[in-house]
Amino acid sequence: MSRRRVVVTGMGWITPLGRDLEATWQRILNADCGIAETTIFDARTFPTQFSAEVKDFALSDFISPEEYELHKGVSRQASFALAAAKLAWADAKLDGAATLNKSMFGVYLGGGEGPLDFDHFATAAVEGWKYEDNTLDTRRWAEVASELLRKIVEAEQDPNMAAGHIAQMFGLEGPNFNTLTACAASTQAIGEAMNMIRRGDADMMISGGCHSMIHPLGVTGFNRLTALSTRNDSCKTASRPFDRTRDGFVLGEGAGMLILEELEHAKARGARIYAEVVGFGSTADAFRITDIHEDGRGGIAAMSTALADAGMTPQDIHYISAHGTGTKENDKIETLAIKRILGDRAKNVPVSSVKSMMGHLIAAAGACELITCILAIRDNVLPPTINYEHPDPDCDLDYVPNKKRETPVHTCLSNSFGFGGQNDTLVVTEFAEGG
Amino acid sequence: MNRKRVVITGLGAVTPVGVGITETFDALVENRCGIGRIQAFDPGRFTSQIAGEVLEINVKDSVPKGYRKATKVMARDIVLAVTAAYHAVKDAKLKTRCLVDRGDVEGEVDIDPTRFGANIGAGLICADLNELAGALASAADRRDAPADRGFSLEKWGREGMNNLTPLWLLKFLPNMLACHVTIVHDCQAPSNTITCGEASSHLAIGEAFRTIERGAADICICGGAESKVNPMGLMRQSLLGRLVTDSNDNPTRACRPFDVDRTGAVVGEGAGLIILEEYEHAKARGAAIYAELVGFGASVNASHWLEPQADGRGQALAMSKALADAGVSADDIELINAAGVGTKAHDASEAAAIRSVFGQRGSTVPVLATKGAIGVNGAGSGAIDLAVTVMAMHRGVIPPSLNTNQVDPECGLNVVHGDPIDSRAEWVMSTAGALSGGQTAAVVLRRCVE
Repeated sequence: MSRRRVVVTGMGWITPLGRDLEATWQRILNADCGIAETTIFDARTFPTQFSAEVKDFALSDFISPEEYELHKGVSRQASFALAAAKLAWADAKLDGAATLNKSMFGVYLGGGEGPLDFDHFATAAVEGWKYEDNTLDTRRWAEVASELLRKIVEAEQDPNMAAGHIAQMFGLEGPNFNTLTACAASTQAIGEAMNMIRRGDADMMISGGCHSMIHPLGVTGFNRLTALSTRNDSCKTASRPFDRTRDGFVLGEGAGMLILEELEHAKARGARIYAEVVGFGSTADAFRITDIHEDGRGGIAAMSTALADAGMTPQDIHYISAHGTGTKENDKIETLAIKRILGDRAKNVPVSSVKSMMGHLIAAAGACELITCILAIRDNVLPPTINYEHPDPDCDLDYVPNKKRETPVHTCLSNSFGFGGQNDTLVVTEFAEGG
Repeated sequence: MNRKRVVITGLGAVTPVGVGITETFDALVENRCGIGRIQAFDPGRFTSQIAGEVLEINVKDSVPKGYRKATKVMARDIVLAVTAAYHAVKDAKLKTRCLVDRGDVEGEVDIDPTRFGANIGAGLICADLNELAGALASAADRRDAPADRGFSLEKWGREGMNNLTPLWLLKFLPNMLACHVTIVHDCQAPSNTITCGEASSHLAIGEAFRTIERGAADICICGGAESKVNPMGLMRQSLLGRLVTDSNDNPTRACRPFDVDRTGAVVGEGAGLIILEEYEHAKARGAAIYAELVGFGASVNASHWLEPQADGRGQALAMSKALADAGVSADDIELINAAGVGTKAHDASEAAAIRSVFGQRGSTVPVLATKGAIGVNGAGSGAIDLAVTVMAMHRGVIPPSLNTNQVDPECGLNVVHGDPIDSRAEWVMSTAGALSGGQTAAVVLRRCVE
């Protein structure tokens, strides 16, 4: 029996470069940069003082007043998720599609945790701290915290809330999952959702991710790891994947959502088909908590598993959307892994990282990057890696430097690698009858 | 497509009543309670001052010697997961890298790491408040007039943050549970971290079931772990108004699943990790098989994102899907493991779901509930429950639900309480749901037959 095929019939995103699918795509192709000085909080004394923020966002622009009332108090990242899901839903022309079987329509997100209520949290911590003996008086802390912290803000920090909100907004009763495998989360979510549809556990899934770590403790955490670029004097050029002078990633925020649909189901309702998701690979480095395996073992295994799952060979790949964070280690080892996978063809297959323009959306990164792959297939044009100026001997592939490239694109591979050695790869291809 | 059969060959549990599945199960059968006044910190100003705590574990006993240093960057949730993982692989008699390196087993690693996966549910891991508060306090301005005192973000960015260890963030990423477990035991196959509150374990186990079923791995260590026994975890649950507040002086009677007098949940901590294995693989290595996993279903059960549906519609749908997946009807099920967290709303919703799926039998099929003894263990809850349920099948005994004295007639379930009862159940169901967010899932197990 041939297995059920899974296609993408709708897409939506909220990104530092915009929220309209086409306009944002044009900005990416025009090599625009969404990075600027951080405004969400005053980061002027932080090692990193810039980020890729979603600007001028109001959830009420995307949902009805009734819906807004119902979901009042959602976290920043869940509001990105709801807005992106609304856009994807409309894009897939699901409004008024009366025949949907909601028990076979699920949600699988790579949703991040909601931002901590930092000001109140910090106040309670300081109030509760006993400087005399350097301990926390939990009694005093509890008194202050119970006054300051608010139920909804705390509840909204659970990473599964966005998936719950989306299910409620659209009345979706199918399987409802959230994964949080760090920077790999939404690629993983889409892969697992694809497997659910293939197996027949669902006919449709809203899948993608959402995250915002642009808050004091998020930036603190990454700054302490020395994972972020500190190019404060030139933030527009700070995200420079694969460039020799790269010094870390740039934190972004946002959401990307895709409507995944079983092929026959999509055809029966006359849906527009963007592309087909054909392969998924997930592996663990099982190496160290801090470092990627030096041979790229886990990344290689994720890419080869995804190709095998797609029934494809490296010859079939026209473009790779790299994880390409702009950290020294990731870009070097990812390059190594790609070369191992592609062999002789490595230098002929373009590889780029849109993180150079929209920053690293962490849990939401993979979904937004898959959307760019699908648009690349549709338009036969590749997004560039901007800020590429100094070739690095360790990074010697064709990174589509600084300018978009028009070229036939049929099949793309999209990588996401997370802290802790979590590796996920998706393969997406131009839809064709008969596969 | 030919689906592979998936069996359970190892159980690991770290709970407030015992470390190890045998210790946990025996304690439950004997009606012992793991809930007491909180020891981890002074809970004096919290409305609920009790919890199910795991009091005596040393994670260094569960990792190879060379990995002891890494235990310094393990949040409590990770410690629980790594400990349960050790017990699970040992119970399954798998010669993993950890057990070989520690000298716990003779010979060499006998598992292909590229066919050994992990799928571990995790919660929103709370930062160690002592560590973080100390660092934050270092950024407070204490010199000026009292009115100006307080936390200074400016000072935090300039110097305060440097009081956190460079690896600070890595203690609290949810996927660090799976990260440490996969490193310690060398699991390189598909890996995932499900973060759906109290439904996490069931969803993780269900997904691992599918992974093996389609041939993407031979073995998967799966389940979940979480601790809410810290000031922030307890505060969050307190604010949500779900906790028992009338039993601070009587903690062992506090949580009363499905009881007519139940007044809320009790926070807990714990881990459950289960070894799922492809049937032929298990047979080939002569593994002892506890049970076969035969069905899985998932849905959402939320009327509002913080409240369950009164009629339990979503949870019923998850159960029906699991039954259909297993190819059996509700009439075949002879034991139900329910979450039974002890709140008015969640227990009523779950009971309504069971009644709607099981019809008249809903009031007679024995129900196994554990929370009266161990509290709600967050993302670890479901796998602990599942491990206990598998033991009940294995031993032929259903442990009673502690503190369920008079089952709420509005729940209308046959919750096993008082004394344990004998059972030869062949088909068994286990279900769980996230308290916030609504995710819900069910699995169907079968006594293993050739």
